This record gives sequence, C-alpha cells and structure tokens, in this order.
Amino acid sequence: MIAVDLPYWAQSLLRVLGGTVAVLLPAGTIVYLFLFKMMSFMQSRLGPMEAGPYGSMQLFAEVGKWLQKEDIQPERADKKIFKIAPLIVLVSTFILVAVVPFGPDAFFTDFEAGVFYFLAVSSVSVLGILIAGWSSANKYSLLGGLRAAGQLIAYELPMVLAVVGVVIQAGSMNMQQIVFAQNHGSIFGWDGLGNPYVLTQFVGFGVFMIAVQAELTQTPFDMPIAESELVSGYMTEYSGFRFLIFFIAEFANVGIFALIASVLFLGGWGVPFSWFGWDSMDAVDDWMNIVGPLIMIGKMLALSFLIMWVRFSYPRLREDQLQRFAWKVLIPVSLVNIMLTAILKVAF
Amino acid sequence: MTDLIDRQKLSYIAAQAADARLNVELETEGMTLNIGPQHPATHGTLRIIVRLDGEQVVWADPSAGYMHRGYEKLTEVRTFPQVTTLINRIDWLGSFANEVPFILAAEQLMDIEAPPRAQWIRTILFELSRIANVSLFLGDLGVQLGAITPVFMAFRDREYVLNLIEGATGGRFHPNFDRIGGLKDDLPKGWIDETRQVMKKLRNFCDEIENLLFGNKIFQDRTRGIGVIPPAVAQQYGLSGANLRASGVDWDLRRDQKIALAYDKVDFKVWTHPDGDSFARCWIRLQETREATKIVDQLLDGIPSGPVMAKVPRIIKVPEGEAWVSTENPLGEMGYYVVSQGDLGPFRVKIRTASFNNISIVPWVLRGVYVPDVITILASLYFILGDIDK
Repeated sequence: MIAVDLPYWAQSLLRVLGGTVAVLLPAGTIVYLFLFKMMSFMQSRLGPMEAGPYGSMQLFAEVGKWLQKEDIQPERADKKIFKIAPLIVLVSTFILVAVVPFGPDAFFTDFEAGVFYFLAVSSVSVLGILIAGWSSANKYSLLGGLRAAGQLIAYELPMVLAVVGVVIQAGSMNMQQIVFAQNHGSIFGWDGLGNPYVLTQFVGFGVFMIAVQAELTQTPFDMPIAESELVSGYMTEYSGFRFLIFFIAEFANVGIFALIASVLFLGGWGVPFSWFGWDSMDAVDDWMNIVGPLIMIGKMLALSFLIMWVRFSYPRLREDQLQRFAWKVLIPVSLVNIMLTAILKVAF
Repeated sequence: MTDLIDRQKLSYIAAQAADARLNVELETEGMTLNIGPQHPATHGTLRIIVRLDGEQVVWADPSAGYMHRGYEKLTEVRTFPQVTTLINRIDWLGSFANEVPFILAAEQLMDIEAPPRAQWIRTILFELSRIANVSLFLGDLGVQLGAITPVFMAFRDREYVLNLIEGATGGRFHPNFDRIGGLKDDLPKGWIDETRQVMKKLRNFCDEIENLLFGNKIFQDRTRGIGVIPPAVAQQYGLSGANLRASGVDWDLRRDQKIALAYDKVDFKVWTHPDGDSFARCWIRLQETREATKIVDQLLDGIPSGPVMAKVPRIIKVPEGEAWVSTENPLGEMGYYVVSQGDLGPFRVKIRTASFNNISIVPWVLRGVYVPDVITILASLYFILGDIDK
C-alpha cells in the first residue's frame, strides 16, 4: 500500500482530475485512432492529415469548430430539458468510471457492490437519450429516442446475465476482488497466466461484447441514430457544444465499457501474480500503480478496436430483428451459461 | 394528378381509416412524417409523406418536383446539337447514356446512320456510363443500410471508369460527346488496353461488394422478402430496367429491340430474379454490372476501323416528322419522343425517364412496411432525382 496521507481536499482534487482524464483520454484516443485513422485506412483513404503532424491535432480543431457554433434550440423545444439531456448522458459516463480500478491503489472508490453499481448506473444514459428525443420537438428525434429506450433496456438484460457468470466464478461483486481472482487464479493448477475469465466465460464475454455494442448504439445496433433513416436520431436538433457533449459521451462510453470488459474478462490492471510471487492484494508492489493504468489502456484499446471494427464493417439491423436477437438468442444463451457456471463452480 | 388539398384530404381519410383499424384498443393516434425534401435517404430532393402507426407505414405519398428544371421546354429553344448539353444532366451519374436515345431519334428523322465504328464506341461508352452509375448504387446501398465502408470502395473504382470516360470524351461527368451522325472524336491512343484493365478491376470490385455486402447475414435479413413487387404490379406501374427484371419479367431493350447500337454483335445474358424483393433488385444490378464489363470486353475485341462521323451538313436541319427512340439506360427505359417541324431545333420533346415511373410504385410498395424498410426499399428502387424531375 502507498503510505501517503493526503488531506481530503487533495484527495478529492486528485479524484476529479483523474476522473476527467479517465473519461476524456479514452474518448480522444478512440476518436483519433479509430474513428479518424483506422476507418480511413479501411476505406482506402488517409483521413485527416493537415492539422498537426499526421492529423493528430484534428480533434482540437473539431472541438474548436463546435465551440464556435451558434447554440440553436428549436422554437418548440422544452428548453430546460433540452439543455439538461446532454449533461445527463455525460454525467452517466463520469459516474461509471468511478468503480473502475486502475491499479492496487489507483482507484476512485473501492466499492463492495461495484459490478452491481456499474450495471445500475449504465442505464442512466437512457434517461438522457429519451428526454433528448422527447424535448427536441422533432419527430425524427422522438423516433430515435423511443428506439434507444427500447434497445438499451432490452440489452441491459443480456449484459447483466453475462456478468453474473463472472460474479459466480469470482465469488465477489467487488471489481478489485474480480481482478485479484483472475490474476491469482490458476488453470488446472497452472498459474502461469492466472485465470482471465475470457477463457472460462468465453460465452459470457461474447454476449457481453454484443450487449456493449448495443448499449453504445454502435453500428449493427445503431438504429437510435440511424443517420440514413432518422437523420441523426435523438441528436438531430443538437448542434454546437451540446452536440459536442453527446459526441464526447458516446466515445467516452466506448472507452469506459471497454475498460469494464477488460476488468471483468481480461484480468484488468493485473499481470499474473505468480510472475512476481504476490499472493495477496497487499503484497502487490507499488509500481503496479503506474504500470496498471498502462495495461488497462492497452486492453481498452484492444477491445475498443474490436467494437469499432464491427462498427465500420456491418450494416444495421432492423428494430424488430434486434429485439428478437436479444430475447431469443442472447438471453437464453447467457442463462445456460449461468447454469453451467454454477454447476461447474460447485463441482470444482 | 390530385392537387395538394385533395392529397391532404386523402391523407386524412387514409390516416383515419388506418387509425380505426389498427388502434381500436390502445386509442393512440398516428403520426405524419415528412421524409424530405432534405433527408439523407432521398439523395436529392424527393419528398415522401408517410403516415405512421408506431413505426409502421400505413400510407405513403411521394411528392416530386422540388428539382424541376424544365428540360422539355428548354429543348424547344435550342438547336439539335445544343440539346445534348442539356439532357446530359438528366441522370447525372450515367450522363452519356442520356444523349444516345435523343441522337438516335434525330438520326432517325434525318435518315442517316452513324458509321459502324461510331456505333461500337457509342455502345462501349453507354455501358461504361452504366457501370459508373450502378457501381455507385452498389456502394450507396451500404450507406443506406448503415455500412459506411462499401461506398468508398465504390467511389474508388468508379473513378477508374470516370477517368476512361474523361479520356475518351474530355468530360468526366457530362461528356457531351455524341453528335448527330457519329461522335465528336475517335478514341485516344492506348485507351482500349486501359479499358481492358479497368474492366478487370471492376469485376474485382463486384466480387468485393458481393462478399462484403450481399453475403452478409444482416444485409440479407434486411432485404430479403422486403418490398416485394409481383410481376403484374410491376408492369402495371410501368417499372423498367433492373426493377422490372427483379420481379421476374424478362424484358431488356438492349436485346429486344433493333436500334443502331452494337448490342446485337455481342453475347450477353439478361438476368432476372423470381423474388421481386429488395434483395433481388440489388442483386440484379450487381449482375448487370458484371455483365456490362463483359459486354465492353467483347466490344473492344471486335471494334471495327473506319470513320466515326457520317457525312452530315454543317448546319443541321431536321426534316419534319416524329420519332420515338428508347434505350435501356442504367436506371431503366429512357426514351425521347421528338417532334420536328423542319427547323434548327425540335418543336417538342417528350422525355420518358425511368426513375419517374419507378418511384410511382412507392405508395403501393411502402404500405405496411416499417420505417427502416422504407429506406431499404427506396434505396433498392434506385432513383436519381434529376431523372425524376427532369
């Protein structure tokens, strides 16, 4: 454990700064690396090249552009709610990052029911999206908002059920305990790799990633935005910095969900503890507080690459096909997965 | 044609009927959604008024005319050679194909025939503009369904074809190359070899699109069984081109009529599909792009030598008479009914464009589908706004 004793205000300041970095850094990285560059390379073009070396300052140029734009509100919009909606979506991103551990001591809060909290809080953004769609006084926005509500609620369930397998296996809902259980575990007595749950819970991992794709409204499931049908769905009437907030929240959410998936299934910030002979949480060396976040960023990039790759390749499902997929495929599969996990947990 | 008030009345009645039928228990009301004139799915300024029950369309009415440019009237104050500049802009993705039927009609009136080499080059350019047109459709299809990558491949490979058209005619988009009695110029040196290579690239492009899009499970789920048009209905609404062939009607003006183009010299298959759904329409277009590359290859092998321009007087005066010539354009049957009174310019030109008839089926085919399928069906019917509004 780090033996530093900071006053309360310094701790709070550090947490706020850390939270801002943890939300904005993944968002910026994902937008530049994947949305600007990887998508361009997949589509035989170069992407932004002018702003900064290799277009790396493009994001700042874009942010500057959005900030300069006029703040347009539809005349018949419900003004107060219209203004609050993007903030709710962004805040839900910030409160999600609170439970993600980045190292043995590098966490915002070590919450006993971390998984439960994350599952509960991840649906707050639905509220923002729904009221954004409703308050815009636009039929396209309304359709988009209603689609989003239906979709996000439907995919909440497979996500919860996929995580239940992990919780059963780890025997805890604490994110730190789940990381510990994965890195301290062993596969049939061999502990060279620890026991990342992607190996045992691969069904859960698949269901979780599909549900994440739907929660994030990325392409096979992007009907709430559906730019060729609904113009831009619930965001249609938003412009300028309000749109910017939606935009940041969208890609920050990709980062946060990738972080959570890496905690739940890929071993989180840890390296297999057997490499260094750690056998409890307290034995972990302090330098993991520096290396841990880097490992997390690496895993986050790998998983968000997966999410974006699917986004750039697939066409969009229809609303009823999406619901059918959730209720007839994902939920039964994850229920069977839970049952098998429980049986095997008791057996071994 | 009903005027706006009638249309609104009709819409109200239809909406009332639908509401009564569908929502007896819930007592919800329907919603009228105005898709367009500015909407990403209409690639242009087509307006479609749809009456929705939830996300289900109970009633739809396309409203064209937001881009009307009055070509039929404008042709009356121009001389015959000047008209090609105008009609290039009707279907702007396959421009050269617009010129051919008009020039053929004028030639028919003047009773001259272009030399064989000119006819062959015309046919080659005609098929190239078909490829340029339809390859963009194949990419755009993905965008309409939410897959953003294919469109860039389409733009990349369409560029090769546009380069060829530019190489031969000097105009990338609007060649204005066809003349009464032949063509403006002969082909440039090295053009034929380059065309052969480009045709290979385009066949690769077709394979790529087929793998990326047509083989995709989601794409098939979204298009199969959606927007089915039975053959009888297709014929009643005057559909033509790939939309008609996708309903199983074996009808292709390239094969079925005798005109002064080199189609009778080549061997090609007219594809039909029994299903008549969105997938069939897209698939037919894919196959036709492949077939067009084969047609171009065959024409390049057997291109005759000789002049590209017949003996035509300096000042073109078309004798009195009427002529109707239509060809199988990228979008379907396109025809010109030209009336001449012996002047420098036409007295009256009636332009029959394919897209205008193709979207007339929209109210029939959109009834009862969901909003996402509206977009798929519109995309698969494939219209160009310039071709609707003229």
